[in-house]
Amino acid sequence: MAIDAGTIERLIKEGLPDALVTIEDLRGDGDHYAAHVVSAAFKGKTRVQQHQLVYQALRGRMGNELHALALQTSLPED
Amino acid sequence: MTDPVVSDRIKQDVTDNPVVLYMKGTPVFPQCGFSAAVVQILTHLGVKFKGIDVLADPALRQGIKDFSSWPTVPQLYVKGEFVGGCDIVREMFESGELKDLLQTKGVTTRAA
Repeated sequence: MAIDAGTIERLIKEGLPDALVTIEDLRGDGDHYAAHVVSAAFKGKTRVQQHQLVYQALRGRMGNELHALALQTSLPED
Repeated sequence: MTDPVVSDRIKQDVTDNPVVLYMKGTPVFPQCGFSAAVVQILTHLGVKFKGIDVLADPALRQGIKDFSSWPTVPQLYVKGEFVGGCDIVREMFESGELKDLLQTKGVTTRAA
């Protein structure tokens, strides 16, 4: 059931090509991650919409193979 | 596809109750750490809310995800509007935005 950090990062970048993705494996078990995603695509979007963009990029894995991904999104600094 | 009966029931619940938390377990006995965290935040703010246990109803467990276009539980609704899951609620709580939102929407919180 586990998914590796590299796969998560690759999927997010496929969906959001400009994204800067930082992933932390919180427990070292390949099942509990924290991700910080920075992308210009988040501009003008609510937090819910920003997270939805990331979930879309993960194409249905969130809530299935990927149980726990603490997500933080932000816009690039100028 | 979600059964229309399920989505109608969700619509009804989030309209009838000012603050609704879809969660795993109950407010008194949460069965998931993320649900427990949101319960704790709402309790800390002194907010009265209706907790709905998705584990008790498989159709609802899938239905709420479809309804909100959101893949995980917990999910917080305030005055019929989807606020977010655990990460967003926690971030908004820490920045004070959650309290502002509740007050703007006319939900009573504990006086600081």
